[in-house]
Amino acid sequence: MSSVNLPIKSIGETPLTAEGTTFRSITETVARVTENPAPRGWWIAFLISSSFLGIMTMAIGYLFWMGVGVWGNNAPVYWAWDITNFVWWIGIGHAGTLISAVLFLFRQKWRTAINRFAEAMTIFAVICALVFPGIHVGRAWLAYYMFPLPNEMSIWPNFKSPLIWDIFAVSTYATVSTLFWFVGLIPDLATLRDRAKTPLRRMIYGALALGWRGSNRAWQNYERAYLILAAISTPLVLSVHSVVSFDFATSLIPGWHTTIFPPYFVAGAVFSGFAMVMTLMLVTRAVYGVRSIVMMKHLELMNKIMLTTGSLVGYAYGMEFFIAWYSGDQYEQWLFFHNRASLDGPFSWAYWIMISCNVLSPQVFWFKKMRTSIPVMFVVSILINIGMWFERFVIIVTSLHRDFLPSSWGYYKPTLIDIFTYLGTLGLFFTLFLLFIRWIPMVAISEVKGVLPEADPHHDAHEEHSHDEDGHDEAVGTPGLVAAEAEE
Amino acid sequence: MSAPQKKRTAGREKKPALYLAEFNSAGEILHAAEKTHAAGYKKFDTHTPFPVHGMDAAMGLSDSKLGLIVFPIGLCGTIAAFSMMMWMNGYDYPIIIGGKPPTSVPSMIPIMFELTVLFSAFATVFGMFGLNKIPQHHHPIFTSDRFASFSDDKFFLSIEAEDPKFDVEKTKAFIAGLHASHVELVFDDDKTVEDVSSGHAEAH
Repeated sequence: MSSVNLPIKSIGETPLTAEGTTFRSITETVARVTENPAPRGWWIAFLISSSFLGIMTMAIGYLFWMGVGVWGNNAPVYWAWDITNFVWWIGIGHAGTLISAVLFLFRQKWRTAINRFAEAMTIFAVICALVFPGIHVGRAWLAYYMFPLPNEMSIWPNFKSPLIWDIFAVSTYATVSTLFWFVGLIPDLATLRDRAKTPLRRMIYGALALGWRGSNRAWQNYERAYLILAAISTPLVLSVHSVVSFDFATSLIPGWHTTIFPPYFVAGAVFSGFAMVMTLMLVTRAVYGVRSIVMMKHLELMNKIMLTTGSLVGYAYGMEFFIAWYSGDQYEQWLFFHNRASLDGPFSWAYWIMISCNVLSPQVFWFKKMRTSIPVMFVVSILINIGMWFERFVIIVTSLHRDFLPSSWGYYKPTLIDIFTYLGTLGLFFTLFLLFIRWIPMVAISEVKGVLPEADPHHDAHEEHSHDEDGHDEAVGTPGLVAAEAEE
Repeated sequence: MSAPQKKRTAGREKKPALYLAEFNSAGEILHAAEKTHAAGYKKFDTHTPFPVHGMDAAMGLSDSKLGLIVFPIGLCGTIAAFSMMMWMNGYDYPIIIGGKPPTSVPSMIPIMFELTVLFSAFATVFGMFGLNKIPQHHHPIFTSDRFASFSDDKFFLSIEAEDPKFDVEKTKAFIAGLHASHVELVFDDDKTVEDVSSGHAEAH
């Protein structure tokens, strides 16, 4: 057996939870957030975010009444904030699946502290993203044309279009993420059911827990289901942002028509997603005191991932310039050297905001002191979120605003409705998020228990040798046992 | 709370549903499961706050069958996607885009992949529900008040009365040898739990 199944001590690592954490204290720390009345800060945040949600509803209502002319999109910039926001939100969603699936397959057990949180964020980010394709079609009541449904024209969607691949990819992603999230929740909902003090709580959590009894016969299938979901979500998450990038890459627009787009988009998605998890995590951790579970160690590891993905994204930015030069294509060169990088370009400010936020700001994480400083990581995570929004804006708008003929050049300015809609989706996101931390265990209770040293059946074996003689000779347990004893 | 109706009385007219033994650590429950398996019990189970490593082997369980459900359904997703696109764009209403043949296969790959994943995910989740027989909101084991701590920090072993080897007295004697911290006999009337470990239980 490989080292992944050994007790954490014998592979030379420190425990993933703070000293003195017990099964009981994990249950208490996490479950009481949903049981105690919400703190005042929660209410203030909830009121603010639901107000923004109201603004979004009004902005969208106005859009439906008036038509997409209320947005700033106009020739030659027909795609602007709507698609920017869509790609931004979808990208943010990717960290959740990365943490819950990819890190699971790599046996990165530290993920248990943050996976629930990140998965919830994925679902809410995808909901926010889905708002935009729904409304940018102009006539939202005809949005069902996006799906292969029989209609009065007896025509079917064009399956050679990446836009319809996108519909399938994003809706599959939303569905699978929700299923994955719910499966992870079942044992924790059972914990809330078993702690319920009121009949209403017992009824609601009891119904949702599906009668979970923690039975090992059930755990066996449950763990297999978790493994399969992780295994199919891993290629899924890579496919989703790749397909999103096909929307651009399969077109002939300079700046979009690039083979580097799929990996570049995926790296950017993970980058922005981790930044968003970090921003939210730091706030929640401080407000709800889950520091014994979400430790500095976890935050530091997340910062390392941000440094990696940020540098990958920086490499992609550089490679775009190299290819523009190396291809000898004058349109491509004009776009990169004039429209984006040169300070004469009307959108160069957006380009340089993107570079400084995405490439430069995460470089501070080379230093351990910076990686472990809460204020630094908070500021950098917000800068990354801003930078990643600008990345999509730069890709979309700077590629479009100067068409092939100078007579079709234009400039793009958002309208108030654009701004309200965007801020409104932030309201939608935070409203859902606050409801989540209020009512659902924000840390995966059963998974964190599983990484405690006490969770290892051989943990206390050295205290009761005689008891262990009759025991098991599985390869899994024995080397760990020996190593643990050697250390004592 | 329904505590008053859960009197600890020996219900002579009630049928026993299961023995419930409580343990304090993952190591203890693993040993107990091994012994129960070795003693030849079949319908027994352990109830733990998290999956205990090595428990499948200790209980003598064979590998999960879930993969056998997911794989064919995932393939159905691939086939469904392929035949949908082939029929819609190739035969029912052929559209020629960019000079490509209406039945061009490479452009179908992304959607074939996505539907494979979608079908597999549904098969995984609902297959798991089916194998685990959930949702099942009612079970005699919930009659025990102590059982609620399985989702907190306690570890339980249950031996069901349906097991061919189950015998109220013999199984009780067997469980006594497991060094459980607490043992109960749960009846199937949703009310009665008999405390076996503290010694003041009535004999049948």
